[in-house]
Amino acid sequence: MKRYLKTGEPFVLITGASLAIVLIMTLTLIGVVMTNGLGYFWPHHLVRFHLADGSAALGQTVSEEKKPAIGSRRIQVKVSNRDILGQDFRWIDEKDISSRSLPVDAVLVERKEHGNFVGFLKNVTAAGLVPDSIADPWEKLLKARESLLPRVAAIQKLKDSMSGLNYRGERLRMKILKLEYTNKEANAAQVAELTATREKLLAEFNTINDQVTGLQNDLGSFKAEFADVTGAVKEVALTEIVRIQRPNAMSIPAKMLAYVERIRELMLDDPRESNTEGGLFPAIFGTVMMVFLMSIFSLPFGVIAAVYLREYARDGLVTRMVRIAVNNLAGVPSIVYGVFGLGFFVYGIGGNLDKLFFPERFPTPTFGTGGILWSSLTLALLTVPVVIISTEESLASIPRGIREGSLALGATRLQTLTRILLPMATPGIMTGLVLSMARAAGEVAPLMIVGVVKLAPTLPFDSHFPFFHMDRKFMHLGFHIYDVGFQSPNVEAAKPMVYVTTMLLMAIVIVASSLAIHFRSKMRKRYITSNF
Amino acid sequence: MTEQQEQSSTIMTVSDLNLYYGSKQALKNINLSIVRNQATAFIGPSGCGKSTLLRCFNRMNDLVDNVRIEGNITLNEEEVNAPAMDVISLRRRIGMVFQQSNPFPKSIYENIVYGLRIAGVKDKRVLDEAVETSLKNAAIWDEVKDRLNDSALGLSGGQAQRICIARAIAVNPEIILMDEPCSALDPISTLKIEELIDELKRKYTIIIVTHNMQQAARVSDVTAFFYLGELIESGVTRTIFTNPEEKRTEDYITGRFG
Repeated sequence: MKRYLKTGEPFVLITGASLAIVLIMTLTLIGVVMTNGLGYFWPHHLVRFHLADGSAALGQTVSEEKKPAIGSRRIQVKVSNRDILGQDFRWIDEKDISSRSLPVDAVLVERKEHGNFVGFLKNVTAAGLVPDSIADPWEKLLKARESLLPRVAAIQKLKDSMSGLNYRGERLRMKILKLEYTNKEANAAQVAELTATREKLLAEFNTINDQVTGLQNDLGSFKAEFADVTGAVKEVALTEIVRIQRPNAMSIPAKMLAYVERIRELMLDDPRESNTEGGLFPAIFGTVMMVFLMSIFSLPFGVIAAVYLREYARDGLVTRMVRIAVNNLAGVPSIVYGVFGLGFFVYGIGGNLDKLFFPERFPTPTFGTGGILWSSLTLALLTVPVVIISTEESLASIPRGIREGSLALGATRLQTLTRILLPMATPGIMTGLVLSMARAAGEVAPLMIVGVVKLAPTLPFDSHFPFFHMDRKFMHLGFHIYDVGFQSPNVEAAKPMVYVTTMLLMAIVIVASSLAIHFRSKMRKRYITSNF
Repeated sequence: MTEQQEQSSTIMTVSDLNLYYGSKQALKNINLSIVRNQATAFIGPSGCGKSTLLRCFNRMNDLVDNVRIEGNITLNEEEVNAPAMDVISLRRRIGMVFQQSNPFPKSIYENIVYGLRIAGVKDKRVLDEAVETSLKNAAIWDEVKDRLNDSALGLSGGQAQRICIARAIAVNPEIILMDEPCSALDPISTLKIEELIDELKRKYTIIIVTHNMQQAARVSDVTAFFYLGELIESGVTRTIFTNPEEKRTEDYITGRFG
């Protein structure tokens, strides 16, 4: 035994075991997130439970668990119909179930409000929309939804033009405010002119608004009548229906199609129902744009700072202190950066920008409130030490001979830096960038106080000049997880959304990192240093 | 060669040179002249200051903190250490080859034209011509002419060292400093470099630091022996090796110490 210990083999085992533990933990985390997240969009069967007391329940099985107190299992069923039953979920003891069935005509209705509805389609009121010759209500409903599409699109177009008018009107209002603020008397004529234009815009806006309301009222008369499993009747306007399925009647390919459609919605649509339903597009966009802006700020600053520290600064007490300080900065709790960002960027710089450039808008802040610019800067501050450290290390690892070779040929230090050293350090710099992007994408705490919101009405990038609106607040996947998972009124229904969001956030980090790693390995091949 | 002729063909002179690293004196009162179009070898045991002296010539010691230099070094009667001396043009006039071959992580072509490019030469024809002549002068043209765009890092040690020599002569210097250029090479590569030095002497002045006594005897016209920061003896190589004036020189050459 003693001899075995002396060989050092046990130590090898310990190192292997630690690696295995880390791998298992990572894989478990990814596995849990994937299984819970990926399964959410699959159209599960709607099961009708006939209970011992004569009542019935219809819904999708969510989970099962052993309940030792009653000695049997119990099933968690998503019964939906929140507006009738008061809640989406219900626990049913297995011993109370007398039989189960899968009714082919059971429908799952996704509504714009009040969550899902499950039940049976009874009747469709769509006079003038579909020919009366169609008798089957399901056929009729599908046909009616199809013929509604152009009308809904027309309304959407009107709404878009309304938001354009609104934007122009707001711009004019700001202009008028500014003119009045600078010199009321001198600009009176111009103000009057602009006010007239604005009034015209507003009138146009109101006309379209009335038009839209009228059209929407027209469409509101098309309705579908459903009955839930107990026979209670529920009327739903067709325009309120986002999606309708008969999961028990769907074939596997049809389910796959439905699955793909849900993924598309997730990636490209706006959220509904206080973020627990619908898509995540604004959050995905906000996260990516914020990380991108953060890289733009932190990469050059980090690299330049590291170049100074490594190449130009005399290696003395001060340099060493700075280096220690930079290393420690990476360990400061992120919320501290958030508070600093709020005080320095938002109130300090933002507040003063407002005083200088937008005094007429007071008390409404423009830059003096959280926004994507301040969030990116705060995170850049948080990640710059990572870039500095990795750049410095990669500069330090370049052999002295390479520097001397360049200098001995009559190159200046700047030429040596830009032509030889920085290209050679690029792989290391990219490593720093990967680490900082991963950190920034996952950071939530500081963002909560410098610009992330639960629901941002507009993206920080749109078709209106100057396209990037740095003052706007934005949505972020990390915050979305916190908000949906822990702040939403219907936590149980939101649970799958938390997994899906987590999966997306991880996917974004992985994609961004892989791109950088790919770039790095390409650079590494070109700049591998020779040793012999 | 008369005394007079020798004087006129001196390219570099070192007079009363003292060099300190902090409080430690590395070179003590060196006086030496380097003759044009000859190979001068610096020999001596490790730490005797021969490399330090070599690095004084193109002011590579500027890069080291805490160095203090007293005395004069002149290149064609110009003071090397004068504040008015442009270090960049000085280093273009005095090329250097290092102990470890240090090709840049670029293509062979880009390695050779590096010195020209940083000097602002953009004309493709001039660059192409410089690549060909300097590779030919460094006796490596035949080996690499078909793969000029390959990375220079894929070359063997001896080839890489000749690329570094080609890179140094591409900017057309007056002097080439060689700091133990063969110490990391095998005997065949070493032989090639030595033959090359013989060729290069016709166009350039060579100063070579070496640990290898035979090498000094083979390639140099003049040898200078250093010991503990002092220049013990310098003179025509044959004299130094056959009939040295100083006892210490004889002891070192015959391998009694060092």
